[in-house]
Amino acid sequence: MKKKIAFWAVLVAALILLPPLVLAVKQPYYVDLVRRIMILAIAAISLDLILGYGGLVSFGHAAYLGVGAYAVGILAFYGVASGWAHFAVAIGASALVALAIGAVSIRTSGIYFIMITLAFTQMLYYLGISLAEFGGDDGMRIKTRSRFPLVDLGDPVTAYYVAFVLMLLSAFIVSRIVNSRFGMALRACKSNDARARALGFSPYPVRLIAFVIAGGLCGLSGALYANHTNYITPSLMSWLQSGELMFMVILGGMGTTAGPVLGAFALLLAEEVLKGFTEYWQVILGPLLVLSVIFFRHGLAGIFSRHE
Amino acid sequence: MNWALVFEQLLNGLQYGVTLFLMAAGLTLVFGIMNLVNLAHGSLYMVGAYLAVAATQWTGSYLAGLALGLVGTLLVGMAVEVIALRTLYERDHLDQVLATFGLILFFNELVAMIWGRAALFASGPAWLSGHIELFTGSRYPLYRLVIILIGFLTALILWYVVARTRLGMLIRAGASNRTMVAALGTNIRLLYTVVFGFGAALAGLAGILAGPIYNVQPGMGELILIQVFVVIVIGGIGSIRGALVGAIIVGVVDTLGRAFLKPLLGTLISLPAAESAGPALASMLIYLLMAVVLAVKPAGIFGSRN
Repeated sequence: MKKKIAFWAVLVAALILLPPLVLAVKQPYYVDLVRRIMILAIAAISLDLILGYGGLVSFGHAAYLGVGAYAVGILAFYGVASGWAHFAVAIGASALVALAIGAVSIRTSGIYFIMITLAFTQMLYYLGISLAEFGGDDGMRIKTRSRFPLVDLGDPVTAYYVAFVLMLLSAFIVSRIVNSRFGMALRACKSNDARARALGFSPYPVRLIAFVIAGGLCGLSGALYANHTNYITPSLMSWLQSGELMFMVILGGMGTTAGPVLGAFALLLAEEVLKGFTEYWQVILGPLLVLSVIFFRHGLAGIFSRHE
Repeated sequence: MNWALVFEQLLNGLQYGVTLFLMAAGLTLVFGIMNLVNLAHGSLYMVGAYLAVAATQWTGSYLAGLALGLVGTLLVGMAVEVIALRTLYERDHLDQVLATFGLILFFNELVAMIWGRAALFASGPAWLSGHIELFTGSRYPLYRLVIILIGFLTALILWYVVARTRLGMLIRAGASNRTMVAALGTNIRLLYTVVFGFGAALAGLAGILAGPIYNVQPGMGELILIQVFVVIVIGGIGSIRGALVGAIIVGVVDTLGRAFLKPLLGTLISLPAAESAGPALASMLIYLLMAVVLAVKPAGIFGSRN
């Protein structure tokens, strides 16, 4: 417990102090980099809710990232600038998409579930490509960023702290959900489906609700991402993005609060280092990921806690 | 509507379907027998296509290129199995998905390093470049017809090997009880490596045959891999018969949808609306089909519940 508190204290302090420090040495790039990592960490946190606690191996989580981002882009395209509207629609739309995908997918299990979530996300990806009005394959510049009173998401440092607060909030909300009565039911369904049924509740609605919550939370991450890049492209929904999100959760440690955050930082920083090293960085990253799966089974969070 | 065109597109769908089948057969075999989810199956398709192009250029003969490409993919597949995948049989599907995802990144980038990121030009053999007249007014490329033939021939051979030979018997036995087969004195690790290698060679064959029709480029395997997943989910995981039926359904539906959905919608709704809705709906068609099949039969057409 002490270790956990110390970990969060160090993380929070480091992330609060980062912008003034890197701006003092004139390296604003790192503000953007860490902001991007924190935004994707929110997506990883949402995936951990269904993957780590719910045991649902969704290989299509990037879909909600894309839906959230497209919601912002399309609203801005039609002249809606209100940030509240952007974020409400982004979260609502991705929750709805998650409801539709989840309603079909959760009927199946195991390998079918993996392939179906992947296939549905691919379907949305092709939909994004064929939407010529919204940029098609090339993507689209967002006309206006989400406008909030007092908060300007166009300012890099302000957007950084917004992402930071929302990341902490997401981690907090997910940990509250997981430790609630509903979360216990969700974990029970993961560890023993038959016993959960015998106790008198049906796993299907529990899983579906978790799936929808995760979709909505990932939509929030997508809306932030659209504001971060000021650009939307179908590649946000590509299966490589889904795979990357899964790796964040696994590298960090499934079913832990700190895991997805740690994993997002570890994976994206490793990519950043390798990109500086060679153009063909994936040729190194690929085998590293294979090795991490084979040998590093409990993730980074396993170093901090000793539950296993 | 022009019936010659419909027939031609039907054949195109069949040709795409057998390409999907060659991929799906290997994937479903490996899953059914080793219980392994191999996302890198698409990479083997790509490796096959690239090796064949390189070998054809090197030897100057299409057939030699084809043979070298097949053998090369077989060897690459067996090497991947021995080095990376063997340790994953006992793991859960999540670990398998992640590890093979890492392999995809590796193979795509390796191919880009060796041959560059731009698409390569692959040509079929000159003696298959003509057209033949199926009936009056309908000329069809000979090469595509040959692909259809090879596809069905492979299906037949595969059925014979699995159902009628000693190797097939061992494969089926290994699928139902690995420990028992090993106890009876079969080298099960070697058997798995061989099966994986042949699955890889089938994917390589699909890639080699598809090379002259589609682009040979890094990442080409993933586009088809996801459609192969749809095939397997529709047909039922682990069933070769399901893979064949699913592949042909998906190939025909996808091809016909891309060809005729737009004009068909144009007769129902306004033309500009059909112009934008047609392609979008056509690219989503097989996924919708999959959703419908799953709603009716959650384990696919030929799948068993366990």
